[in-house]
Amino acid sequence: MLKVLKAGFFATIQDLGRFGHRDIGVPISGAMDVESVKKANLLLENDPYDAVLEITMMGPKLQFEEPTAISLAGAHLEPKLNDVAIENHQVVQVSKGDILSFGKLKNGFRSYLAIKGGFLTEKVLGSRSQFFPVTKKKRIKDGDEIPYEETVSYKPLISEVKIEDHFLTDELEVFKGPEFSLLTDKQLAEIFSKPFTISKANDRMAYQLNELIEEHSHSMLTSGTLPGTVQLTPAGRLIILMKDGQTTGGYPRILQLSEAAICVLAQKKAGDSLSLKLI
Amino acid sequence: MKSYPISIKPFGERAVLVEWPSKVEVSILADILDFMDAFKELKLPGWEMSVAYNSLTMVCNDEHLDYDNIRRVILDCHAKQAASKTKRMQHLWRIPVCYDAEFGMDLEEVCKTLKLSVDELIQQHTSHQYIVYGIGFLPGFMYLGGLPQSLEIPRRAEPRLQVAKGSVGLAGKQTGVYPQDSPGGWNIIGNCPIPLFNPKLEDPCFVKVGDKIQFQQISKAEYDLHKIEGEVGIYKPEKVLLNA
Repeated sequence: MLKVLKAGFFATIQDLGRFGHRDIGVPISGAMDVESVKKANLLLENDPYDAVLEITMMGPKLQFEEPTAISLAGAHLEPKLNDVAIENHQVVQVSKGDILSFGKLKNGFRSYLAIKGGFLTEKVLGSRSQFFPVTKKKRIKDGDEIPYEETVSYKPLISEVKIEDHFLTDELEVFKGPEFSLLTDKQLAEIFSKPFTISKANDRMAYQLNELIEEHSHSMLTSGTLPGTVQLTPAGRLIILMKDGQTTGGYPRILQLSEAAICVLAQKKAGDSLSLKLI
Repeated sequence: MKSYPISIKPFGERAVLVEWPSKVEVSILADILDFMDAFKELKLPGWEMSVAYNSLTMVCNDEHLDYDNIRRVILDCHAKQAASKTKRMQHLWRIPVCYDAEFGMDLEEVCKTLKLSVDELIQQHTSHQYIVYGIGFLPGFMYLGGLPQSLEIPRRAEPRLQVAKGSVGLAGKQTGVYPQDSPGGWNIIGNCPIPLFNPKLEDPCFVKVGDKIQFQQISKAEYDLHKIEGEVGIYKPEKVLLNA
Protein backbone atom coordinates (compact mmCIF):
# COMPACT_ATOMS: atom_id res chain seq x y z
CA MET A 1 0.00 0.00 0.00
CA LEU A 2 0.95 3.60 -0.57
CA LYS A 3 -0.05 5.53 2.51
CA VAL A 4 -1.27 9.09 2.01
CA LEU A 5 0.27 11.04 4.92
CA LYS A 6 -0.86 14.38 3.47
CA ALA A 7 -3.11 14.59 0.41
CA GLY A 8 -1.79 17.92 -0.90
CA PHE A 9 -3.95 20.22 -3.02
CA PHE A 10 -5.68 17.86 -5.42
CA ALA A 11 -4.46 14.44 -6.50
CA THR A 12 -6.39 11.69 -8.25
CA ILE A 13 -5.77 8.17 -9.52
CA GLN A 14 -5.97 8.20 -13.32
CA ASP A 15 -5.34 5.85 -16.20
CA LEU A 16 -5.87 6.59 -19.89
CA GLY A 17 -9.63 6.80 -19.42
CA ARG A 18 -13.05 5.21 -19.21
CA PHE A 19 -14.13 4.37 -22.73
CA GLY A 20 -17.37 3.09 -24.20
CA HIS A 21 -19.89 4.80 -21.90
CA ARG A 22 -20.27 8.15 -23.61
CA ASP A 23 -23.75 7.06 -24.75
CA ILE A 24 -24.97 7.15 -21.12
CA GLY A 25 -23.29 10.45 -20.33
CA VAL A 26 -20.12 9.16 -18.65
CA PRO A 27 -17.10 11.38 -19.41
CA ILE A 28 -13.85 9.77 -20.54
CA SER A 29 -11.87 11.05 -17.52
CA GLY A 30 -8.30 9.71 -17.49
CA ALA A 31 -5.05 11.65 -17.16
CA MET A 32 -5.20 15.25 -18.39
CA ASP A 33 -1.67 15.05 -19.84
CA VAL A 34 -1.54 11.61 -21.45
CA GLU A 35 1.92 12.19 -22.96
CA SER A 36 3.49 12.52 -19.51
CA VAL A 37 1.72 9.39 -18.29
CA LYS A 38 3.01 7.43 -21.26
CA LYS A 39 6.58 8.55 -20.52
CA ALA A 40 6.36 7.69 -16.83
CA ASN A 41 4.85 4.26 -17.48
CA LEU A 42 7.27 3.50 -20.31
CA LEU A 43 10.31 4.03 -18.07
CA LEU A 44 8.99 1.34 -15.71
CA GLU A 45 8.05 -0.97 -18.62
CA ASN A 46 4.46 -0.71 -17.44
CA ASP A 47 1.40 -1.17 -19.62
CA PRO A 48 0.37 2.26 -20.99
CA TYR A 49 -3.04 1.78 -19.29
CA ASP A 50 -1.52 1.28 -15.82
CA ALA A 51 -2.94 3.72 -13.29
CA VAL A 52 -0.82 6.63 -12.02
CA LEU A 53 -1.30 9.42 -9.49
CA GLU A 54 -2.09 12.79 -11.07
CA ILE A 55 -0.76 15.48 -8.73
CA THR A 56 -2.03 19.01 -9.25
CA MET A 57 0.03 22.08 -8.29
CA MET A 58 1.08 21.03 -4.80
CA GLY A 59 2.43 17.61 -3.93
CA PRO A 60 1.17 15.15 -1.33
CA LYS A 61 3.34 13.35 1.24
CA LEU A 62 3.33 9.61 0.64
CA GLN A 63 4.82 6.58 2.37
CA PHE A 64 5.57 3.29 0.62
CA GLU A 65 4.71 0.19 2.65
CA GLU A 66 6.36 -2.27 0.22
CA PRO A 67 9.48 -2.00 -1.96
CA THR A 68 8.89 -0.94 -5.57
CA ALA A 69 10.19 1.37 -8.30
CA ILE A 70 8.67 4.70 -9.33
CA SER A 71 9.06 7.36 -11.98
CA LEU A 72 7.74 10.89 -12.34
CA ALA A 73 6.85 12.97 -15.40
CA GLY A 74 4.94 16.14 -16.22
CA ALA A 75 5.13 19.19 -13.98
CA HIS A 76 8.31 19.69 -11.91
CA LEU A 77 7.34 19.77 -8.26
CA GLU A 78 10.79 19.32 -6.64
CA PRO A 79 10.21 15.66 -5.73
CA LYS A 80 12.22 14.25 -2.81
CA LEU A 81 12.62 10.69 -1.58
CA ASN A 82 13.45 10.71 2.14
CA ASP A 83 14.29 14.41 1.74
CA VAL A 84 16.84 13.77 -1.04
CA ALA A 85 16.01 15.40 -4.37
CA ILE A 86 15.07 13.09 -7.25
CA GLU A 87 14.41 13.94 -10.89
CA ASN A 88 11.57 13.50 -13.34
CA HIS A 89 12.07 10.91 -16.12
CA GLN A 90 14.15 8.69 -13.86
CA VAL A 91 13.54 5.20 -12.42
CA VAL A 92 13.86 5.48 -8.65
CA GLN A 93 14.12 2.38 -6.44
CA VAL A 94 11.97 2.61 -3.33
CA SER A 95 12.35 0.65 -0.08
CA LYS A 96 9.75 -0.15 2.54
CA GLY A 97 9.02 2.91 4.66
CA ASP A 98 10.44 5.46 2.20
CA ILE A 99 8.69 8.82 2.07
CA LEU A 100 8.03 10.77 -1.13
CA SER A 101 7.40 14.47 -0.71
CA PHE A 102 7.36 17.50 -2.96
CA GLY A 103 8.54 21.10 -2.89
CA LYS A 104 7.63 24.06 -5.06
CA LEU A 105 5.98 24.01 -8.46
CA LYS A 106 8.77 24.89 -10.89
CA ASN A 107 6.98 24.43 -14.20
CA GLY A 108 3.81 22.85 -15.56
CA PHE A 109 0.75 22.20 -13.37
CA ARG A 110 0.23 18.42 -13.15
CA SER A 111 2.85 15.88 -12.17
CA TYR A 112 2.44 12.14 -12.68
CA LEU A 113 3.68 9.46 -10.29
CA ALA A 114 3.93 6.03 -11.92
CA ILE A 115 4.66 2.90 -9.91
CA LYS A 116 5.92 -0.50 -11.11
CA GLY A 117 2.81 -2.49 -12.12
CA GLY A 118 0.50 0.51 -11.67
CA PHE A 119 -1.84 1.43 -8.81
CA LEU A 120 -4.42 -1.29 -8.23
CA THR A 121 -7.47 0.62 -7.04
CA GLU A 122 -10.94 -0.61 -7.97
CA LYS A 123 -11.92 -0.52 -11.65
CA VAL A 124 -15.35 0.97 -12.32
CA LEU A 125 -16.77 0.62 -15.85
CA GLY A 126 -13.38 -0.54 -17.09
CA SER A 127 -11.21 2.21 -15.61
CA ARG A 128 -9.52 3.20 -12.36
CA SER A 129 -9.82 6.94 -13.12
CA GLN A 130 -11.38 8.76 -10.18
CA PHE A 131 -14.51 10.65 -11.16
CA PHE A 132 -17.31 11.15 -8.67
CA PRO A 133 -19.98 9.71 -8.56
CA VAL A 134 -18.86 7.01 -11.00
CA THR A 135 -16.12 6.20 -8.47
CA LYS A 136 -16.90 6.54 -4.77
CA LYS A 137 -14.11 9.05 -4.19
CA LYS A 138 -13.35 12.25 -6.01
CA ARG A 139 -9.66 12.40 -5.04
CA ILE A 140 -7.16 10.99 -2.57
CA LYS A 141 -7.52 12.02 1.08
CA ASP A 142 -5.29 12.02 4.15
CA GLY A 143 -4.95 8.47 5.48
CA ASP A 144 -5.94 6.71 2.23
CA GLU A 145 -4.07 3.52 1.39
CA ILE A 146 -3.53 3.04 -2.33
CA PRO A 147 -2.84 -0.57 -3.31
CA TYR A 148 0.08 -1.69 -5.49
CA GLU A 149 2.05 -4.89 -5.88
CA GLU A 150 5.46 -5.22 -4.24
CA THR A 151 8.48 -5.36 -6.59
CA VAL A 152 11.94 -6.30 -5.30
CA SER A 153 15.21 -5.64 -7.12
CA TYR A 154 13.71 -4.37 -10.37
CA LYS A 155 16.38 -3.85 -13.02
CA PRO A 156 15.14 -1.22 -15.45
CA LEU A 157 16.13 -1.32 -19.13
CA ILE A 158 16.98 2.36 -18.90
CA SER A 159 17.26 4.20 -15.64
CA GLU A 160 16.90 7.74 -16.93
CA VAL A 161 16.08 9.69 -20.09
CA LYS A 162 16.88 13.26 -20.99
CA ILE A 163 13.87 14.60 -22.85
CA GLU A 164 12.51 18.06 -23.21
CA ASP A 165 9.04 18.53 -21.76
CA HIS A 166 6.36 18.75 -24.47
CA PHE A 167 4.45 21.48 -22.64
CA LEU A 168 7.02 24.29 -22.77
CA THR A 169 5.03 26.16 -25.40
CA ASP A 170 2.14 28.64 -25.27
CA GLU A 171 0.76 27.66 -28.64
CA LEU A 172 -2.20 25.28 -28.85
CA GLU A 173 -2.98 23.59 -32.16
CA VAL A 174 -6.68 23.57 -32.98
CA PHE A 175 -8.90 22.13 -35.70
CA LYS A 176 -12.10 23.74 -36.94
CA GLY A 177 -15.00 22.65 -34.73
CA PRO A 178 -18.45 21.67 -36.04
CA GLU A 179 -19.80 25.26 -35.70
CA PHE A 180 -16.61 27.02 -36.90
CA SER A 181 -18.51 28.53 -39.84
CA LEU A 182 -20.66 30.61 -37.45
CA LEU A 183 -17.64 32.75 -36.53
CA THR A 184 -17.59 36.27 -37.94
CA ASP A 185 -14.44 37.87 -39.40
CA LYS A 186 -14.21 39.97 -36.26
CA GLN A 187 -14.42 36.91 -34.00
CA LEU A 188 -11.85 35.06 -36.12
CA ALA A 189 -9.47 37.98 -35.81
CA GLU A 190 -10.04 38.13 -32.05
CA ILE A 191 -9.40 34.41 -31.65
CA PHE A 192 -6.30 34.04 -33.78
CA SER A 193 -4.49 37.37 -33.47
CA LYS A 194 -4.26 37.82 -29.70
CA PRO A 195 -3.16 35.69 -26.80
CA PHE A 196 -5.65 34.53 -24.16
CA THR A 197 -5.08 33.98 -20.45
CA ILE A 198 -6.44 31.14 -18.35
CA SER A 199 -9.21 31.95 -15.89
CA LYS A 200 -9.34 30.85 -12.26
CA ALA A 201 -12.23 28.66 -13.39
CA ASN A 202 -10.06 25.80 -14.57
CA ASP A 203 -10.26 22.19 -13.49
CA ARG A 204 -10.47 18.65 -14.86
CA MET A 205 -13.88 19.43 -16.39
CA ALA A 206 -13.08 22.61 -18.28
CA TYR A 207 -10.73 25.57 -18.69
CA GLN A 208 -12.35 28.97 -19.15
CA LEU A 209 -10.38 31.77 -20.83
CA ASN A 210 -10.46 35.31 -19.42
CA GLU A 211 -10.69 37.43 -22.57
CA LEU A 212 -14.12 37.71 -24.16
CA ILE A 213 -14.66 37.89 -27.91
CA GLU A 214 -17.66 39.40 -29.71
CA GLU A 215 -21.03 38.17 -28.41
CA HIS A 216 -23.35 35.99 -30.47
CA SER A 217 -26.97 34.87 -30.39
CA HIS A 218 -26.82 31.51 -32.16
CA SER A 219 -28.82 28.77 -30.53
CA MET A 220 -28.47 25.11 -31.33
CA LEU A 221 -29.81 21.75 -30.23
CA THR A 222 -27.69 20.01 -27.59
CA SER A 223 -25.06 17.87 -29.30
CA GLY A 224 -21.96 15.82 -28.52
CA THR A 225 -18.78 17.29 -27.02
CA LEU A 226 -15.29 15.84 -26.56
CA PRO A 227 -12.27 16.60 -24.42
CA GLY A 228 -10.64 19.54 -26.19
CA THR A 229 -13.90 20.97 -27.56
CA VAL A 230 -13.83 24.79 -27.46
CA GLN A 231 -17.32 26.14 -26.77
CA LEU A 232 -18.34 29.77 -27.31
CA THR A 233 -20.95 31.13 -24.89
CA PRO A 234 -23.40 33.85 -26.02
CA ALA A 235 -21.42 36.34 -23.89
CA GLY A 236 -18.33 35.61 -25.98
CA ARG A 237 -16.44 33.42 -23.52
CA LEU A 238 -14.32 30.50 -24.67
CA ILE A 239 -14.68 27.34 -22.58
CA ILE A 240 -12.37 24.43 -23.36
CA LEU A 241 -13.74 21.09 -22.17
CA MET A 242 -11.21 18.73 -20.61
CA LYS A 243 -11.14 15.06 -19.57
CA ASP A 244 -13.98 15.11 -17.01
CA GLY A 245 -16.03 17.38 -19.27
CA GLN A 246 -19.68 16.69 -20.00
CA THR A 247 -20.45 14.50 -23.04
CA THR A 248 -23.02 16.91 -24.52
CA GLY A 249 -23.42 20.65 -24.65
CA GLY A 250 -25.55 23.39 -26.16
CA TYR A 251 -22.97 26.06 -27.00
CA PRO A 252 -21.44 26.32 -30.49
CA ARG A 253 -18.32 24.13 -30.75
CA ILE A 254 -16.11 26.51 -32.66
CA LEU A 255 -12.76 24.72 -32.33
CA GLN A 256 -11.31 21.38 -31.32
CA LEU A 257 -7.90 21.08 -29.67
CA SER A 258 -5.53 18.46 -31.04
CA GLU A 259 -4.70 15.70 -28.58
CA ALA A 260 -1.20 17.11 -28.24
CA ALA A 261 -2.69 20.53 -27.41
CA ILE A 262 -4.83 19.00 -24.63
CA CYS A 263 -1.60 17.70 -23.06
CA VAL A 264 -0.08 21.20 -23.27
CA LEU A 265 -3.17 22.91 -21.82
CA ALA A 266 -3.28 20.35 -18.98
CA GLN A 267 0.03 21.84 -17.78
CA LYS A 268 -1.26 25.46 -17.72
CA LYS A 269 -2.69 27.24 -14.70
CA ALA A 270 -4.69 30.38 -13.92
CA GLY A 271 -3.00 33.47 -15.39
CA ASP A 272 -0.86 31.58 -17.91
CA SER A 273 -1.19 32.80 -21.48
CA LEU A 274 -1.78 30.84 -24.62
CA SER A 275 -2.44 31.40 -28.29
CA LEU A 276 -4.53 29.33 -30.66
CA LYS A 277 -3.21 28.19 -34.03
CA LEU A 278 -5.44 26.67 -36.68
CA ILE A 279 -4.04 23.55 -38.36
CA MET B 1 -39.61 5.08 -46.14
CA LYS B 2 -37.00 7.49 -47.36
CA SER B 3 -34.34 8.48 -44.86
CA TYR B 4 -33.33 12.07 -44.11
CA PRO B 5 -30.25 13.66 -45.66
CA ILE B 6 -27.16 13.75 -43.43
CA SER B 7 -24.13 15.98 -43.20
CA ILE B 8 -20.77 14.77 -41.94
CA LYS B 9 -18.12 16.91 -40.26
CA PRO B 10 -14.69 16.05 -38.91
CA PHE B 11 -14.46 16.56 -35.12
CA GLY B 12 -10.81 16.40 -34.04
CA GLU B 13 -8.47 13.53 -34.82
CA ARG B 14 -10.65 10.60 -33.88
CA ALA B 15 -14.28 11.68 -34.13
CA VAL B 16 -16.86 12.69 -36.68
CA LEU B 17 -20.18 14.44 -36.18
CA VAL B 18 -23.09 13.25 -38.29
CA GLU B 19 -26.06 15.61 -38.38
CA TRP B 20 -29.66 15.15 -39.48
CA PRO B 21 -32.06 18.08 -40.08
CA SER B 22 -32.02 20.39 -37.06
CA LYS B 23 -35.40 19.49 -35.58
CA VAL B 24 -36.70 17.53 -32.58
CA GLU B 25 -38.74 14.80 -34.28
CA VAL B 26 -39.41 11.13 -33.60
CA SER B 27 -38.87 10.19 -37.25
CA ILE B 28 -35.41 11.81 -37.23
CA LEU B 29 -34.48 9.99 -34.04
CA ALA B 30 -35.66 6.70 -35.58
CA ASP B 31 -33.50 7.40 -38.63
CA ILE B 32 -30.44 8.00 -36.42
CA LEU B 33 -31.05 4.76 -34.50
CA ASP B 34 -31.43 2.87 -37.82
CA PHE B 35 -28.12 4.31 -38.96
CA MET B 36 -26.45 3.31 -35.69
CA ASP B 37 -27.71 -0.27 -36.06
CA ALA B 38 -26.36 -0.41 -39.63
CA PHE B 39 -22.99 0.99 -38.54
CA LYS B 40 -22.73 -1.44 -35.61
CA GLU B 41 -23.25 -4.32 -38.04
CA LEU B 42 -19.96 -3.40 -39.71
CA LYS B 43 -18.30 -4.42 -36.42
CA LEU B 44 -15.48 -1.90 -36.76
CA PRO B 45 -13.39 -2.10 -33.56
CA GLY B 46 -13.05 0.73 -31.03
CA TRP B 47 -16.08 2.85 -31.97
CA GLU B 48 -18.57 4.44 -29.64
CA MET B 49 -21.48 6.66 -30.56
CA SER B 50 -23.75 9.04 -28.71
CA VAL B 51 -27.05 10.48 -29.88
CA ALA B 52 -28.39 13.91 -28.99
CA TYR B 53 -31.63 15.01 -30.71
CA ASN B 54 -30.56 15.35 -34.39
CA SER B 55 -26.91 14.40 -34.17
CA LEU B 56 -24.64 11.45 -33.69
CA THR B 57 -21.11 11.88 -32.34
CA MET B 58 -18.96 8.97 -33.49
CA VAL B 59 -15.62 8.45 -31.76
CA CYS B 60 -12.94 5.91 -32.60
CA ASN B 61 -10.98 5.11 -29.44
CA ASP B 62 -8.49 2.86 -31.21
CA GLU B 63 -6.93 5.11 -33.82
CA HIS B 64 -6.80 8.49 -35.52
CA LEU B 65 -9.16 8.65 -38.47
CA ASP B 66 -8.63 8.88 -42.17
CA TYR B 67 -11.51 11.32 -42.63
CA ASP B 68 -12.19 10.72 -46.33
CA ASN B 69 -12.29 7.00 -45.72
CA ILE B 70 -14.67 7.11 -42.77
CA ARG B 71 -16.87 9.60 -44.61
CA ARG B 72 -17.29 7.05 -47.43
CA VAL B 73 -18.07 4.28 -44.92
CA ILE B 74 -20.73 6.46 -43.25
CA LEU B 75 -22.36 7.53 -46.53
CA ASP B 76 -22.40 3.94 -47.72
CA CYS B 77 -23.92 2.79 -44.43
CA HIS B 78 -26.56 5.51 -44.59
CA ALA B 79 -27.50 4.57 -48.17
CA LYS B 80 -27.91 0.90 -47.28
CA GLN B 81 -29.70 1.60 -44.01
CA ALA B 82 -32.81 2.89 -45.80
CA ALA B 83 -33.27 -0.42 -47.60
CA SER B 84 -33.38 -2.69 -44.56
CA LYS B 85 -35.24 -1.37 -41.55
CA THR B 86 -34.78 -3.52 -38.50
CA LYS B 87 -37.09 -3.77 -35.53
CA ARG B 88 -35.64 -2.38 -32.34
CA MET B 89 -36.66 -3.15 -28.77
CA GLN B 90 -38.09 0.01 -27.31
CA HIS B 91 -39.59 0.34 -23.87
CA LEU B 92 -41.91 2.63 -21.99
CA TRP B 93 -40.57 3.14 -18.46
CA ARG B 94 -42.82 4.25 -15.60
CA ILE B 95 -40.71 6.46 -13.36
CA PRO B 96 -42.05 7.19 -9.85
CA VAL B 97 -42.04 10.82 -8.71
CA CYS B 98 -43.09 12.30 -5.38
CA TYR B 99 -44.45 15.82 -5.94
CA ASP B 100 -44.68 16.70 -2.22
CA ALA B 101 -43.62 20.25 -1.37
CA GLU B 102 -40.65 18.82 0.55
CA PHE B 103 -39.09 17.88 -2.82
CA GLY B 104 -40.82 20.22 -5.27
CA MET B 105 -39.46 23.46 -3.90
CA ASP B 106 -40.51 25.41 -7.01
CA LEU B 107 -43.89 23.68 -7.45
CA GLU B 108 -45.97 26.49 -6.01
CA GLU B 109 -44.21 29.20 -8.02
CA VAL B 110 -44.39 27.14 -11.23
CA CYS B 111 -48.14 26.63 -10.72
CA LYS B 112 -48.60 30.36 -10.22
CA THR B 113 -46.67 31.21 -13.38
CA LEU B 114 -48.43 28.55 -15.46
CA LYS B 115 -51.83 29.34 -13.93
CA LEU B 116 -52.46 25.73 -12.97
CA SER B 117 -53.45 24.12 -9.69
CA VAL B 118 -50.91 21.71 -8.18
CA ASP B 119 -53.18 18.78 -9.09
CA GLU B 120 -53.55 20.01 -12.68
CA LEU B 121 -49.80 20.38 -13.04
CA ILE B 122 -49.13 16.88 -11.70
CA GLN B 123 -51.92 15.48 -13.89
CA GLN B 124 -50.38 17.07 -17.00
CA HIS B 125 -46.82 16.10 -16.12
CA THR B 126 -47.77 12.45 -15.52
CA SER B 127 -50.24 11.97 -18.39
CA HIS B 128 -47.72 12.48 -21.22
CA GLN B 129 -45.15 10.07 -22.54
CA TYR B 130 -41.75 11.64 -23.15
CA ILE B 131 -39.27 10.40 -25.72
CA VAL B 132 -35.60 9.99 -24.75
CA TYR B 133 -33.70 11.99 -27.40
CA GLY B 134 -30.30 11.58 -25.82
CA ILE B 135 -28.39 10.83 -22.62
CA GLY B 136 -25.62 13.20 -21.60
CA PHE B 137 -24.61 16.27 -19.54
CA LEU B 138 -24.39 14.05 -16.44
CA PRO B 139 -24.15 10.24 -16.31
CA GLY B 140 -27.72 9.00 -16.81
CA PHE B 141 -29.27 12.41 -17.56
CA MET B 142 -32.06 12.01 -20.15
CA TYR B 143 -32.93 14.66 -22.72
CA LEU B 144 -36.71 14.25 -22.94
CA GLY B 145 -38.96 15.59 -25.68
CA GLY B 146 -42.72 15.91 -25.85
CA LEU B 147 -43.48 18.28 -22.98
CA PRO B 148 -46.97 19.82 -23.40
CA GLN B 149 -46.85 23.54 -24.19
CA SER B 150 -48.88 24.26 -21.05
CA LEU B 151 -45.88 23.18 -18.92
CA GLU B 152 -43.24 25.28 -20.69
CA ILE B 153 -41.59 27.67 -18.26
CA PRO B 154 -38.24 29.50 -18.50
CA ARG B 155 -35.37 28.21 -16.41
CA ARG B 156 -34.70 30.02 -13.13
CA ALA B 157 -32.96 33.40 -13.42
CA GLU B 158 -30.22 32.23 -11.08
CA PRO B 159 -29.14 28.59 -11.11
CA ARG B 160 -28.93 26.79 -7.77
CA LEU B 161 -25.46 25.70 -6.65
CA GLN B 162 -26.86 22.37 -5.56
CA VAL B 163 -29.88 20.52 -6.87
CA ALA B 164 -30.51 17.21 -5.07
CA LYS B 165 -30.11 13.85 -6.77
CA GLY B 166 -33.42 12.65 -8.21
CA SER B 167 -34.85 16.18 -8.60
CA VAL B 168 -37.45 16.41 -11.36
CA GLY B 169 -37.44 19.70 -13.18
CA LEU B 170 -39.02 21.83 -15.89
CA ALA B 171 -37.07 24.21 -18.15
CA GLY B 172 -38.18 25.57 -21.51
CA LYS B 173 -39.41 22.73 -23.68
CA GLN B 174 -37.69 20.18 -21.43
CA THR B 175 -38.44 18.08 -18.40
CA GLY B 176 -36.01 15.70 -16.77
CA VAL B 177 -34.45 14.12 -13.70
CA TYR B 178 -31.08 15.08 -12.17
CA PRO B 179 -29.36 11.69 -11.73
CA GLN B 180 -26.91 13.10 -9.13
CA ASP B 181 -26.40 16.19 -6.98
CA SER B 182 -25.48 18.97 -9.38
CA PRO B 183 -25.67 22.70 -9.89
CA GLY B 184 -28.70 23.51 -12.02
CA GLY B 185 -31.19 26.12 -13.18
CA TRP B 186 -34.31 24.04 -13.71
CA ASN B 187 -37.55 24.58 -11.79
CA ILE B 188 -37.81 21.66 -9.37
CA ILE B 189 -41.29 20.13 -9.01
CA GLY B 190 -40.61 16.75 -7.41
CA ASN B 191 -38.13 13.95 -6.77
CA CYS B 192 -37.62 10.48 -8.18
CA PRO B 193 -36.43 7.97 -5.55
CA ILE B 194 -34.86 5.40 -7.87
CA PRO B 195 -31.31 5.58 -9.24
CA LEU B 196 -31.22 6.31 -12.99
CA PHE B 197 -27.50 5.63 -13.06
CA ASN B 198 -25.73 2.92 -11.09
CA PRO B 199 -22.06 2.34 -12.03
CA LYS B 200 -22.02 -0.94 -10.09
CA LEU B 201 -24.37 -2.56 -12.60
CA GLU B 202 -23.22 -4.09 -15.86
CA ASP B 203 -25.84 -1.91 -17.56
CA PRO B 204 -25.56 1.25 -15.43
CA CYS B 205 -28.44 3.05 -17.16
CA PHE B 206 -31.56 1.00 -17.89
CA VAL B 207 -33.14 3.65 -20.12
CA LYS B 208 -31.96 3.74 -23.75
CA VAL B 209 -32.21 6.52 -26.33
CA GLY B 210 -35.46 6.01 -28.25
CA ASP B 211 -37.32 4.70 -25.18
CA LYS B 212 -40.27 6.53 -23.65
CA ILE B 213 -40.71 7.77 -20.10
CA GLN B 214 -43.91 8.32 -18.20
CA PHE B 215 -43.85 9.81 -14.72
CA GLN B 216 -46.07 8.30 -12.05
CA GLN B 217 -47.13 10.15 -8.93
CA ILE B 218 -46.28 8.40 -5.66
CA SER B 219 -46.88 9.26 -2.00
CA LYS B 220 -44.15 10.08 0.49
CA ALA B 221 -44.54 6.58 2.02
CA GLU B 222 -44.05 4.94 -1.38
CA TYR B 223 -41.13 7.29 -2.01
CA ASP B 224 -39.39 6.15 1.18
CA LEU B 225 -39.93 2.50 0.26
CA HIS B 226 -38.62 2.90 -3.31
CA LYS B 227 -35.67 4.90 -2.00
CA ILE B 228 -34.58 1.98 0.17
CA GLU B 229 -35.26 -0.52 -2.63
CA GLY B 230 -33.13 1.61 -4.94
CA GLU B 231 -30.30 1.88 -2.46
CA VAL B 232 -30.08 -1.86 -1.83
CA GLY B 233 -30.44 -2.48 -5.55
CA ILE B 234 -33.71 -4.43 -5.66
CA TYR B 235 -35.97 -1.82 -7.25
CA LYS B 236 -37.22 -2.99 -10.64
CA PRO B 237 -38.61 -0.12 -12.69
CA GLU B 238 -41.91 -0.90 -14.40
CA LYS B 239 -41.52 -1.29 -18.15
CA VAL B 240 -43.69 -2.05 -21.16
CA LEU B 241 -42.28 -3.28 -24.46
CA LEU B 242 -43.56 -0.86 -27.10
CA ASN B 243 -42.88 -2.65 -30.36
CA ALA B 244 -43.29 -6.35 -29.57
